[in-house]
Parts: sequence; structure tokens; C-alpha cells
Amino acid sequence: MRIFIIKEFLQIFRDKRTMVILFGIPIVQILLFGFALKNDIKNVQISILDQSKDLYTQELTNKLVSSGYFILNSNLQNTDEIEGIFKKGKVREVIVFEPQFGENLIKDGRANVQIITDASDPNTANMVYSYTQAIISDYVQEINTRNEKPVMIIPQSQMRYNPELESVFMFVPGLITIVLMLVSAMMTSISITREKELGTMEVLLVSPVKPWQIILGKVLPYVFLSFISAILILLMSYFVFHMPFSGSLVLLLSSSLLFIILALALGLFISTVSKTQQVAMLLSMFALLLPTILLSGFIFPIKNMPLALQYFSHLMPPKWFVIVIKNIMIKGNGIELVWKELLILLGMTMFFIVLSIKKFKIRLE
Amino acid sequence: MENNKKQVVVKDLVKKFGSFVANDHLTFEVNSGEIFGFLGANGAGKTTAIKILCGLSAPTSGEVKVAGFDIYKQREQIKKSIGYMSQKFSLYDDLTIAENIRFYGGIYGLNRQQIKLKTSDYMDSLSLHEYASSRVEELPLGIKQKLSFMVAILHEPPIVFLDEPTGGVDPLTRRQFWEMIYQEAQNGKTIFVTTHYMDEAEYCHRVSIMVDGKIEALDTPAGLKEKFGVDSVEKVFIKLARG
Amino acid sequence: MKTILYFIQKEFLQIFRDKMMLPIIFAIPIIQLLVLSYTATYEIKKIDLGIVDLDRSVTSANLISKFEASPFYILKLVEPNYQVLDEMMQEGELEQIIYIPQHFEQDLLIENNTTVQVITDAINGSAASLMSAYSVQILGGFNKEFLIEEMMIPLGYRQINNEVAYWYNPELDYKTFMVPGILVLLVTIIGLFLSAMNIVKEKEIGTIEQLNVTPIKKYQFIIGKLMPFWIIAMFDLGLGLIIAKFVFAVPMLGSIPLVIGVAGIYLILVLGIGLFISTLSDTQQQSMFISWFFVMIFILLSGLFTPVENMPLWAQKLNILNPIAYFIEFMRLVLLKGSSFMDVWRNIVSISIYAVVMLGLATLRYRKHS
Repeated sequence: MRIFIIKEFLQIFRDKRTMVILFGIPIVQILLFGFALKNDIKNVQISILDQSKDLYTQELTNKLVSSGYFILNSNLQNTDEIEGIFKKGKVREVIVFEPQFGENLIKDGRANVQIITDASDPNTANMVYSYTQAIISDYVQEINTRNEKPVMIIPQSQMRYNPELESVFMFVPGLITIVLMLVSAMMTSISITREKELGTMEVLLVSPVKPWQIILGKVLPYVFLSFISAILILLMSYFVFHMPFSGSLVLLLSSSLLFIILALALGLFISTVSKTQQVAMLLSMFALLLPTILLSGFIFPIKNMPLALQYFSHLMPPKWFVIVIKNIMIKGNGIELVWKELLILLGMTMFFIVLSIKKFKIRLE
Repeated sequence: MENNKKQVVVKDLVKKFGSFVANDHLTFEVNSGEIFGFLGANGAGKTTAIKILCGLSAPTSGEVKVAGFDIYKQREQIKKSIGYMSQKFSLYDDLTIAENIRFYGGIYGLNRQQIKLKTSDYMDSLSLHEYASSRVEELPLGIKQKLSFMVAILHEPPIVFLDEPTGGVDPLTRRQFWEMIYQEAQNGKTIFVTTHYMDEAEYCHRVSIMVDGKIEALDTPAGLKEKFGVDSVEKVFIKLARG
Repeated sequence: MKTILYFIQKEFLQIFRDKMMLPIIFAIPIIQLLVLSYTATYEIKKIDLGIVDLDRSVTSANLISKFEASPFYILKLVEPNYQVLDEMMQEGELEQIIYIPQHFEQDLLIENNTTVQVITDAINGSAASLMSAYSVQILGGFNKEFLIEEMMIPLGYRQINNEVAYWYNPELDYKTFMVPGILVLLVTIIGLFLSAMNIVKEKEIGTIEQLNVTPIKKYQFIIGKLMPFWIIAMFDLGLGLIIAKFVFAVPMLGSIPLVIGVAGIYLILVLGIGLFISTLSDTQQQSMFISWFFVMIFILLSGLFTPVENMPLWAQKLNILNPIAYFIEFMRLVLLKGSSFMDVWRNIVSISIYAVVMLGLATLRYRKHS
């Protein structure tokens, strides 16, 4: 048994390319996406159609552009131009000031501004509008308080856990999950089907080694390597992205280990249902890639999805691990607040292992 | 095809991989209709040479003509005139016999009628009818090898290169395989074959023996035995290999 | 030409010989399209809210009822003990806490000034800023009403009414945006993975040598390898567009022949990348990981899930090499906005040049001899 595991280790370590895959790909991807992915609004291009051109429209325009959220793409002259500018695809919002905007504001106390957003990307449109609206109400409050001091409820906003509203708090836990999940599942499923394809599996099966020992021997080196990969990623998220490590390190590491074992068990299961490497790869990459990205809460909060999908997402292992990481790293929760998630992950792991062993036995008979 | 025409002419062929010399100034000729045995220990440089002759690999220097065409300038013409059966298994495992024949036939530009004819011809001559609907991976190894050979000569090339065609095959099948080779040689094909079964070397018209990238001996089996004063090609080989 | 047909026939036979391939190529993409298109929304509704009311006055009750009435909020509980709510947020049961201090009403009436704390779970920063904006809006509205009704302050108060128009998608139906995007992703992934594994598979089993001694021409080989996957991917794309139209009612304002035509060029580009990767690698495993590495980058930087303009400049520049970014932008412009050839010709030219380059590289890298 020990000899068998050593053989597997040797094979993997000798293969430099596999080492690059296990350590290089995760590191590059975390660095790249950690810096690149932002889901807040910044530098959105807008156009302004100012039919009034007075002091107030000037002031409001300046306020919008200097907010850091918007960049002035162009000033339009008439409404016919709006269609054209949207069709070019760069501008996301056009702000139309009515004629005599300032006059209306001072005389009647009411002025109108029309906000036209390109809602072909509705998520961004919605956010862009909210930000615009916030800037406008800010401006209104400002001009109202210039002369008098009315009764005020002053909202004090406190951003819990992430005062700077960093996008990495959202994305890094998701990325850790995706990378560990896919790399681990793929590595096992491919390495086992590869032995099947090359016929070396048969050689192992006729040896006195028991099937579960073969599987353990195949999986154990990957558990070890993926775990090192996970530690590297966690170190990077601390030193490069300044993620907090509020909770117990031991708990975080043992949860990661559990998740890795789960991913490997899933890979094992995939390898029992596929005959060729090609099928194993397509199943573990094509079938898992998008669901892992979309149903794990990595980018899109699961809470906002239709109810049926929320139930469906319960079946996705990454979802639970994302919750565990966020709770431990960012909120600093202990075992008492993540035991449910960990239990679910453990259950899933058992499920895949039992299923794989059953499948494996059937094939042998 | 003229009978006395040389099908392969090699002069001073050198192939280097870095500082390693795989083929060291090879010079030999193969006549039309001849079964030419290319012998040598593992790593002697046989496969390297055969790959150069087939246009899979470029020589470092030297003159090579195959089927009258120059290896440097007329590579594509050469490919039309040769058949090749590699050490590795060359048929598609996941296709049936007929599908393999149809594919390679199509690649070599046979028309539909010819392909149909060849298919039924091969099915009969190798008695493959029981395997008509099975994939190649399900065939016994011997049949696979025979089929590979037939597919390699599907387009009736004047010369065929066989790289260890009988590896791992039982003695009976090997015998049948060599009968097929003889049959094709009688039909006028030139056969260039590498092997390390010394009994097979006895079947060849002429034999060359390679040691460490050089051709150390080249003659008819009878001529070799006489020259070295032994009673089998195997003994000649052992003498040469030991240096 | 005939040679190519024989080649294509063989490739098709091989692809579908494995019974698992049929569902992988056709069922999985369709199911993913149908399911995953519903996932991608940033819309915030039903925020789980807890309120700490230390004042227990008429005014604080009024304020609470404002939150209760808002469609954005689900008021989970009102509690005088902040500790309880704090723990609930820690457990993930609350997303926002409103803290109404003691003497809230009194301060408002006498001092004309009071504070209300809004505590938001900000792990998801962008959602947090939206949630915070919603609560500030409700507080502002309440403030205004309070002025008019309680303090009898006549409206000298100036207002700017903003009226919003969501063009191209007035209902803000995120699915019309996501369906074409996810369709592009699926077709790209399947095309890239299949083509990337293909040539290298022949290398692994050794049949590539047999092909290399045949008189087959380079271009015949590349076309023969490319066509089957192109046909499969185009078929998937067509099927996806039909589903987009009839299941998701995605508006298709622009020219459908233009979409199909550019999709054809785009797929040549994707398959060219796949074949290029395939010629570079020695094993299927390698080619698969290289493809996966690039696919992840292409997908996440493409702007489908997070807007491109938020990314740092260097990441935006990387998108010059991102085929998915070009094609998703093209699809969005033509299908959803009805842009014409003149609006999108830049994308088309970029995709075409890129396709020629990748196909050229793949052909160049594929050597019949070493």
C-alpha cells in the first residue's frame, strides 16, 4: 500500500507539467481575477443632452463627472442622437435636462431630468441608475441646505465586514472554491481514466491490491498537492489582497481539506462513469464550469435567483464552501456557525465515495 | 514498372539529434520487387531511417530517393507512392473495419467503387465477415496486424515500409503475415521491413544489419552466413552486435 | 475536396461513437442554457432587515412601517436588543440593521437633528452599496413627509424629478441579456474543448503518423478537422437561438443572417485556437488544461458577468485578445439593440482578422514531418 502511494507521488512529481497545472494555474488565475474583477460601478461612460445650459445643469453635470463613477463621453445636441450613441455600444447612460431646467427649479421648485439607460445589460443599467439617482438627491439636499437648516434625519451608514467595499471580499472566496473544485475534480478523473485507456488499470486490478486501496493510492497524492495549492492561494489572499483572517486558521484549513476531498471524490465518480479521457474531461470541465461559476454565489447572490434555482443551488458543493470561507475568514465565525455547512459537505463527500465504490465494484464483476 | 529499377537509393544519409548520431552515413539501395530486411538492435536507428524514407522526418544530410523521387523536393509525390505500417497501431480503434478502409481509401483518392471492391475483397481474403460490425478494438491482435498491412497497401503503392509489423503476434499469424508479404512481393511490390525476429530475416531477399547507426553488413541471408561462417542470420547478428 | 469529405465523415463517426458524447454535445448545453440564464441577476430585492427601536415612539413606529411597506425589504423582526440582531447578521440571517436611537422623536422635534444608523453586511460590496442607497432613500422620503406633515413646513423645498427610461429592455429582464451571452459561452467552450483535444488525441494513439505518410494536404487536414466541430457548434448555436427566441422571448431586433454569418466566422476563430492548442500539446490532459486556463480568463474578463469598464486598464487591454468579448458585444448590439452592419463592422473585422491569424498559426504549427 505504501509502495503504491509512493509510486503515485513519484509519477506526479516527475511530471513537471502537472505541477505547473496544480500550482501555476491557480496562482495566475487568482492574481488575475483578484485584481481584474470588480462588480462596483466605476468609469461608466455617459452622455449629456443639456437643453438648458444653465448654472444648475452645469453644477449637476460636474457633480456626476467628478464622482468617480462616471466619465463624460460626449455632449449631445438633440434627442435623435441618443439612439445612435447607444448602438455604438460604449455609452451606458444619457442624461437629458429639460429646457429651462434652472428656471423651473428656482421658480416652481421642480425641475425634470430624464435618465435614459442602456438596459441591454440590465444589471449594470440598474446599478448605474441607482448611483445617478443618489448623486441627484445629494445635489438636491445640497441646494436645499444652502439657505436654511431644515429638520434632518442623518443616516449613518456602516459597512459591516468590508468597510472599503472591496470587490475581492466577494471574489476571492469564490475563486478559491472554483479553482480547487475544478482542478481537483479534473486531476483525479483524468488520471484514473487515463490508466483505464492505457490499460495499466487492469495490471493494477489483477495485483493483490484491493480496489479501495488503488483508489486511495490514486487520490491521496492529489489531496496532498491540492492542499498545498489551497494554502498558497490563502497566503496570497492574505498578503496580496489583504483579506482578513478573522476566524480560526485550523478550522479554515480543515474545511479546505474537507472540500478538496469532496472535489476529488466527485472526480472519482466522474471517472467511474466515463470510458475515455475525453469524456471525463468534458464532464468535469464543460458540465461543471459554468454551474460552478453561476450557482455558487461567486458572482451572483443566490438569494436573488428564482426559488427553484435556489433549491437547486443546494446541490452545488461550491455554494456551501463559499459560505464557509466567508464566514470563517471575513466574519470570524467559529465552528458553531459553520457546522451545518460542513456537515453538508461531509455528507456529499460520503455520497460520492460510496457511489464510486459501488460503480467500481459493478464494473469488476 | 521496370523490374531492374531501384525503388530506394540512399547515399551517405546522416541524421543527428543534437550531438547524437542516429544514422551515420547510411548507403544502400533497394531493388524493385525485393523484400529488404532492415535489422538492428533496439535503438540502432532503424525507425529513424524508416521515418526519413517515409518523409516523416528530415535528414541532416545525404541523398535519398524513394520511388524515383527526391526526399527533399518531392516529398508529396513520395507519399503517393508508398505505404507505411508503423510500430504503433495505425488503424482507428473506434471505427469498424469498413469505416477504416473507407477513410484511408478516401484519403488516397480511391473512388467509391474501388473502396467498395477493396472492402469486400479484404473481408473475403482475411475472412473478416464475423467482425463486419465490430470496432477494430474488438479484433484479435493478429487480425488487426494483417488488416493494418492491407490498409497500408490499399492504394497499390509500388513500395511498402513495414516497421516491426509482427511485434507481439503468435507464430502462426506471423507465418500467415509473411505469406501475405510474399504474395505482394510477387505482385511486384517492393517491401522494406524492419524486424528483430531473426527467423523472419531468413525470409528476406536481402538483409542489412545496423549497429549503432551504421550499416555493418548487407547481403543475402545465404551470403551473410557464408561470409561470417555461421549457420543462421541470428548468429551473424549476435556476432555483429557484440562487436 | 473529396478527400476532405472522407475526413469529415471519419471525424463525425468517431465523435459519436462514444455514447456519452451525444448528451455532452447537445443536452448539456441546452440544459445549462435553460437553467443558468436565470441565475445571473444583480437585482436586489427582499433584503432581510432587522430594526433596533430604542425609541418606541409614534415617529419611530412610522419609520418602521415605511420599511415594512417597501417592496425591497422583508422586515424580519423589531427588537430593542441590538445584540440579538448583531448575532443574526453574523449567522447570515440579516443583511441590514437599522438602529433607531433613544430620544429619536424628541431630538427630531426639539433639536431638529438626529441620526439613524444603517448597518449593512458588505461582503458583497456592490450589493451593499445598493442596499445602503435604498435605506437612505426611504429615510429621505420619511424626512420629507415628516417636514410637511408634522412640522407643517410648506414646501419651499426644491425637487428634481428624475424619470428613468430603460431602453432596449424596459422590464429590466436580465434573461434577455444573459441568454445570448451564456449561449456564446457554451458554444465557445464546447468548440474549444473538442477541437483542442482532437489532434493531440491522434498523437497519443499514434494514428497521426499514419496520416502524415498519406498525400493529404495540410489545408485538407485542417479543414477536415475543423468542419465537424464547426457544424456541431453552429447547430448548437442555432438551437440556442431558437430557445432564446421562443422560451426566453429575447428580442431579436437586428439581422439574423448577420448574426449567423458572423457566428460562423467567430467559430472558425474558436476552433482555430483549439487546433492551435492541440498542435502545441503532447497529451490530451495538457491541451485540456491549457484550454481551461484560457476559457476561464476569456469568460470572466468578457464583461458578461461584471462590466468591463470597472476593470483596471491592463485587464481591459487584455480583452483585445479575448474572442468572447468581441462576440458577446456583437451579439448584444445586434440582437438587443438592432445595430446594423455599420455599427458593428469593427467587431466583425476584428473577429475575422483574429480568425485568419489563429487558423494560420494552427496550420503553420501542424507539421507533417519533423
